[in-house]
Amino acid sequence: MSKFGSSSNKKEVPQASSNSLSDIVFMLLFFFMVTTQMRETENKVKVVMPEASEVAKLERKDLSANINIGSPTLQYQAMYGTDARIQLNDSFKTVADIRDFIAAERDAMSEAERSLMTVNLRVDQDVRMGIVSDVKQELRRCSALKIMYAARKPAKD
Amino acid sequence: MARRKFEAIGSTADIAFLLLCYFLMTTTMGDQSGLQRRLPPIPDEKQAQDQKVNRRNIIIVRINSADKLFAGSEAMDISFLKEKIKEFLTNPTNDPNLPEKEAKEIEGKTYMVSKGVISLQNDRGTSYQAYIAVQNELVKAVNELRDEFSRANFGKKFSRLTEDEQEIVKKAVPQNISEAEPKDTGKK
Repeated sequence: MSKFGSSSNKKEVPQASSNSLSDIVFMLLFFFMVTTQMRETENKVKVVMPEASEVAKLERKDLSANINIGSPTLQYQAMYGTDARIQLNDSFKTVADIRDFIAAERDAMSEAERSLMTVNLRVDQDVRMGIVSDVKQELRRCSALKIMYAARKPAKD
Repeated sequence: MARRKFEAIGSTADIAFLLLCYFLMTTTMGDQSGLQRRLPPIPDEKQAQDQKVNRRNIIIVRINSADKLFAGSEAMDISFLKEKIKEFLTNPTNDPNLPEKEAKEIEGKTYMVSKGVISLQNDRGTSYQAYIAVQNELVKAVNELRDEFSRANFGKKFSRLTEDEQEIVKKAVPQNISEAEPKDTGKK
């Protein structure tokens, strides 16, 4: 009993060590570094991906080329309207530009990995299929045949 | 002396926090998932003639511009599509109107492989959401068949098999979904 609360005990309560704090923060940091990827381009079109329960993960993210299709975001609507547009890299493009885009993406890859390239179609759920079909036909003409319809897993209930 | 030591550690934590905030702001979660497909190559004129498929081996799944679904010739709700596709691909009663099966030897064993092909057609006015919903049902049907096949032959779920075994199952239950050339039937 004399150990607690007695005024005769002059030992100070040791300060909680903050040594581990930096470790914890670093661990969080590493977690985010590993699980996230750099935002490469600014999104100029709104893409809300449709839900699909049978989605599979893309194994090689570095071997994918992204094509975004959706209606322009608010700040670009004055210029481009609200009709669905194609965004490649950083700018609005048309179907005719896909050929050059695919060629450029292929060039950036090593020879052995070119055949593994996947075109990731990130399409907004409200887009009509017409433009998507046009893009698909163009991809077939460029013989970029591996594609992926980007979708998200529905939240479990 | 002890006090100074704590201060030094305090600043590393601050720096780490700053880095953490930086990564939080500049990155997005890896959400690269989706339905993977292989587009058919542009056919040569010669090939186009060879590719005639027996009528009974093909089921046409159509989504029109009002997002209405037709499987075979009948209108259908999307919730029944999976069962219809499974029946089409397995043909349990050897119905002459459903696809034929072919004995194929895979890795030393013979399996009955369905020749069925699902042909998915859409209009220009079909919404992407409906299209993906139908694609998803088709993939689900095939995945369930693969699971059943795996259980019957290996006693395990498809996802639990080794890679070699998965290849066998993939060959025995192929995912033959053909995305036909778009047809200009709907309004642009």
